[in-house]
Amino acid sequence: MEQFIFWAFAAMLVFSACMVITVRNPVHAVLFLVVAFVASSGLWLLLEAEFLAIALVLVYVGAVMVLFLFVVMMLDVNIARLREGFIRYLPVGAAFAVATIVAMGLVVGSANFGLERYAAPARKAADYNNTAELGALLYTKFLYPFEIAGLVLLVAIIAAIALTMRGTRQVKNPKPERQVEVRREERVRIVKMPPERRT
Amino acid sequence: MIPLSNYLVLGAVLFCLSVAGIFINRKNVIVLLMCIELMLLAVNTNFIAFSHFLGDLTGQVFVFFILTVAAAESAIGLAILVVVFRNRRTINVVDLNSMKG
Repeated sequence: MEQFIFWAFAAMLVFSACMVITVRNPVHAVLFLVVAFVASSGLWLLLEAEFLAIALVLVYVGAVMVLFLFVVMMLDVNIARLREGFIRYLPVGAAFAVATIVAMGLVVGSANFGLERYAAPARKAADYNNTAELGALLYTKFLYPFEIAGLVLLVAIIAAIALTMRGTRQVKNPKPERQVEVRREERVRIVKMPPERRT
Repeated sequence: MIPLSNYLVLGAVLFCLSVAGIFINRKNVIVLLMCIELMLLAVNTNFIAFSHFLGDLTGQVFVFFILTVAAAESAIGLAILVVVFRNRRTINVVDLNSMKG
């Protein structure tokens, strides 16, 4: 059962990653990236990282991917021009990917990291609370890094607003208090001019 | 029981796919940003796998920080992208060469 879940999520992850890098429409790429995140969140659940799995779905799929989708849909880009060179670089990219996968597979394969080298740990008890354990670690040993992470997010907020704000907003509402005290001389101008001859 | 090597190989495959994506989508900044997100996902999977197999929660804390920094990075990256598109009407990497030396 565990094997089946692992292979199902792994296949989903690899398939959606392939689609992200090859699909034509950027909107579809973002949606496949969402599928990839959901699949890896399932894998993280299998690895007993419940808090991070939920956080990945909530924060990443819920916020960051929606931001991506928002930007992709807001910019009307010419896809055809962006796809130039796709076929040209496809062999290079595929060759590089295969070579690197083989090289990395030799290093991290079952010879070095198999079950006989790293035995699978026993499953935690049902009342084990991953969130509480992580929180206890985060608020004691990693308190300063945690504060710095908050600061990083603050900097990101300020930077994103500062980059995309278009100066002060030009408000053009009429002012009622100026409108009621307007006088006739400010609005009407009587122009005296000689009559023109019709040609 | 799933061995640690399965997770590591899966992370390696994901990482290589995203590097290949950077190779073949080198014109489109949005897809480049998405490939970076995929790379971070592969790294996070490795961290969590080691955290599980070594029985050390520090790896999960690292993943927490990586998620934070990645969220900040993509927010700022997309903001830069929007500003570039507003000024140049394009997100093609080839056209963004006004700072070429």
